[in-house]
Order: sequence, then structure tokens, then C-alpha cells
Amino acid sequence: MGEVLSVSGLKKTYELKKTIFSYRKDKIIAVDGVSFVLHKGKTIGIVGESGSGKSTLARCILFLERPDGGEIRFTGQVIDYGERELLRSIRKKIQIIFQDPYSSLNPRKKVFEIISEPLLFHKTVEKGAVKDRVFEILKTVGLGGEFIDKYPHEMSGGQRQRVAIGRALSTDPTLLVADEPVSSLDVSIQAQIINLFLDIKENMGKSMVFISHDLSVVRFVSDEIIVMYRGKVLEKGNKESVFRNPLHPYTKMLLNSSLGGIPKIQIEPIGNEKDRGCVYKDHCSERTGRCMDEPPVLFGDGDHRVACIKY
Amino acid sequence: MLYKRLFKNQLALTGLIILVPMFFCAIFAPFITKHNPVEPNLKEILMPPSLSHPFGTDMLGRDVFARVVYGSRISLLVGFVSVGIAILIGIAIGAVSGYFGGIVDEIIMRFVDLMMCFPTFFLILTVIALLEPSIWNIMVVIGATNWMGIARLVRAEILGIKNKEFVMAARALGLSELRILIKHVLPNAMSPVYVVATLGIGGAILTESALSFLGIGIQPPTPSWGNILTQAKDNIEVAWWLSLYPGLAIFLTVIGYNLLGEGLRDLFDPRRYYRLS
Repeated sequence: MGEVLSVSGLKKTYELKKTIFSYRKDKIIAVDGVSFVLHKGKTIGIVGESGSGKSTLARCILFLERPDGGEIRFTGQVIDYGERELLRSIRKKIQIIFQDPYSSLNPRKKVFEIISEPLLFHKTVEKGAVKDRVFEILKTVGLGGEFIDKYPHEMSGGQRQRVAIGRALSTDPTLLVADEPVSSLDVSIQAQIINLFLDIKENMGKSMVFISHDLSVVRFVSDEIIVMYRGKVLEKGNKESVFRNPLHPYTKMLLNSSLGGIPKIQIEPIGNEKDRGCVYKDHCSERTGRCMDEPPVLFGDGDHRVACIKY
Repeated sequence: MLYKRLFKNQLALTGLIILVPMFFCAIFAPFITKHNPVEPNLKEILMPPSLSHPFGTDMLGRDVFARVVYGSRISLLVGFVSVGIAILIGIAIGAVSGYFGGIVDEIIMRFVDLMMCFPTFFLILTVIALLEPSIWNIMVVIGATNWMGIARLVRAEILGIKNKEFVMAARALGLSELRILIKHVLPNAMSPVYVVATLGIGGAILTESALSFLGIGIQPPTPSWGNILTQAKDNIEVAWWLSLYPGLAIFLTVIGYNLLGEGLRDLFDPRRYYRLS
């Protein structure tokens, strides 16, 4: 199995200027030391609530943001951000599907233009064959040919999300990054779109990074799961072993709440540099004195790792 | 769909009802009136309105109706060309400023602030006084002093659009920055520009009339609403029709553009747009 994506020690911080006159800058750590390897045809699920750095991670994987530390290799290649042509040719191999299909489609373009634009720009197909290819893509995502002349606002959320998936597939990417792709859809539609993702994964052999705050959604599509909190990886492992035997208190809490148990607690997002100790210490139900100033490191065997001093 | 809503909108419709006949007159001027707008006829000086001269004649015996009709060509030309120039400059500068941001944005916006500090009308007066007052100079100068509002508007729109997800998706597709700006960002920033441009045409027509009235605009004998008024003011005690009709023409045209602009503003309001569609 070929290695599609390898992320090691990825770090991204944002500087927050209070006012234009103050020189004091607050640093916000969005992603802190995230590492994983994604193999061909596999799907990695990233779970965490809003503010846990999932979307920043997605943008880094797409090479839309430059990380401050660590390294991302795509099919074994390290990317030089200065080389624009190379960057562009690599970008089309990595496509993203966003959460909100209302804002991820250009409101002034018809479905045909949305899907054919990348085909024409990259000259992946001959001019005469573009229309056939667009129909083919629409069929793949479960839309009929009549959608070709529709504007985004003439379609439902599920249909729009299918178009967004079709656009992502149009460049024949190696890797798909799905950033909360079903969170804004109705539950019945969610199931349809998840099935579509399963189809893409199994029949087209695409690798995927599937980001969601909803464990039950991630469970369907992923082979491996990463649990993130405040930019850090708390638990990581094989899907079955994470679901059967969650180790980290936060994962347990998430699992319970996805079964309708504990209501979600309000959490202030994303870490500050001054923080010491475990990122989850303020809300942990199994906290001990050591959690306050000893940051846990990720350890365990290859199939299941956890960052918690309890183990 | 947009046309249907355009006809349902009373403001826009009123504007169109005023403006469409004006365009018609300007284009088909020779068919509307048989009189020559520039040839003096000393036998019929300062005649009050009658059947053969519906708007009367001026102190050189020229038919005022013909002069007003031919004058509308000048007004419309000045309105469209100068606003066109302003839009081109405004969009280019606003787009670069908003899309690329950072220090470029800062410098451009300070320059815009600087430009806005000049009292525009006196700037135009000075420039025209130094150059020769031809219609092309007037259009260029009006255009070159009215782009700042459009630049700011385009910049503000782009600031909102450039972080939308469809722009990020376009970038992920590997499209070039220029293509993203022109094909994805700018088309979504245009609706308020149409509104401001429509309102701007009225303003440009007023400026041209004022310049012509002061004698540094369109030069006689070419008729323009402004220079008809200049000649009218010398005879206002004896020939009211000389002032009334060109004045009315300016008033109606400007109000027509303003109504159309207001109507377009309603049409392009996204909240209304989504509710109706």
C-alpha cells in the first residue's frame, strides 16, 4: 500500500493583534504537533469539536496555509511553497469538500460551469469531450443530466453537496479532504451523502481525510480515527479499537454524548502558549494533580495511541 | 427572471419609463425633428412655443426642441463614457486593493483618501481651464475624479467574498489567482457597482451641464443642455421657454437615473433576492 499523505509534527499558530497600536501579540495555537500517515484507499477520520483545529489542519493539508512547523509529504514528496507551478499541480490532486454547500459553490455559475471549469483549465479532457465527462461526473455523484443548467440556489442542500463532491472529483484527485461534509444537512440526506462517500472510497479507491465533530458519522467511513482537542491529538488508532475501547476521558465523553448521554459542555477554543499541562485538564472528569503541569505525550502501539498520563 | 422582477419594481420601472424615450430621442434625433439645431434663422428670433416650434426658438432663431433633442446625445454620451471610465478605474483599483490586501491595500486606500480630499468640482474646473474644453477632455476628467467611491465599494465587497469557501475551493482546484479574481470574485462583487454607476450617470450629467453653463464645457454652437441654459439666462425676462425646457430635460434625466438606481438597489438586495426566488 502506497503512502498518500504523511503529516509529521504539524504546527500552525496564528498571531492575534489586539489593536493596530499595540505591539503585544497573542499567539493562538491552532494545530500543535499533529502526525499521521494515510495510505492509499484508506480513510482517516478526524474528530473534535469546533475550535479544535480540524479545519486549520484541512487547510494545511491542501497547502492553502503554510504550517509553522512540521512537515507534510504528499505521495512522498515534500512541497516547496515557493514553487507556484508545482504547488498548483499538486493542489489539483488534493481536493476539498466543505461543510456548507451554500457558500462553497459560486452563486453565479451553473452546475455545468462549476464542474467543467477545472476540466478546461487543466486540460484534463479534450474540449469536445467535456460535456460527456461532466455528465459522467454528475452520474457518479447521483445527479441526472437535467442538473447541468441549474444554479446553486435552485437546488437543495443535498443536491448542492453532491455538486461540490462532483467538482472535487473532476480533477481526479488522489486525496479527498472532507471538512464536515454532512453537518449542515438533514439527517436523512446525511445518510445518502455518507453512502456516496463510501461509494467513492470503495469503487474509486480514493484516499480520504474525513473531518467531523460527529463520531457516528466518522464511524461509517473511516479506517482510522484521530481525536483532536485544542489542536492536539488526544487519541489515535484503529476505528474498531477506539470505538470498543476508548482510552482518553475526552473520547469517552464524546462517545457518550453521541449516544445522547452527557450534554455537550461549553469549551473555550484553541490553546494559548502560556498553558501548561494537559489541554483537557479543565474539563476532565478523571483529572489528577499531575494533569495540571505535566503535558502528556502520545504513546502506545501502532494501532491505538493515547495522550493521557493515566496510562 | 431578473427582467420580470425589474418590471415589477415601481421605482425601476418609473426610471425606465423616463429614460427609454430619452434614449429613443437621442438615437433617432434627425427623425424626431426636422429643424437643424445649429443653423441660425434670423427671421424667427425668440418665438414663443407654437406648433412649428413646440419649445420656441432662441435668440438666433434656432429651434429649442431640436437643440434639446440633439443635446440629449451629448448628455447621454458624457454620462455613460465618464461613468464607464470611473468604473474601469474603480474596479481595477478596488479589486487589487481588496484581493491582495496587506501593504498594497494600505497604500491604495490612503491614496483614495487623498483623492477624496480634493474638492472635485474645482479640480475639474482647473483641469479643463488648463486643457482645451472638448467633450473628450470633459468625459475623461469627470471619470478620473469619480472612481474613488466605486473603488471603495468594490474593495469592501471583495473583502467579504475572498474568504468564502467557493474561492478557497477554486484555489484548491489549482486555478490561477488572476482567474479566481476575475471569474469567481469580481462577478459576485458587481451588483452594488451597477447601482452606484446608475446613480453616477445622473451626477455626471449634472456636472457636464454645470461645466457647459460656466462656458468651459461643450462649446457652442454644439447644443448641450448646459450651454442652452447659459444663453437662456441672458433672455430669461423675455423668453421663459429657453430656460424651462432644457432645465426640465436635465431634471427628468437625472431623476430617471436616480429612480432606476434606487430600483436596482432593491433588486440586488440579497435578502429580497432569496425571498423572491
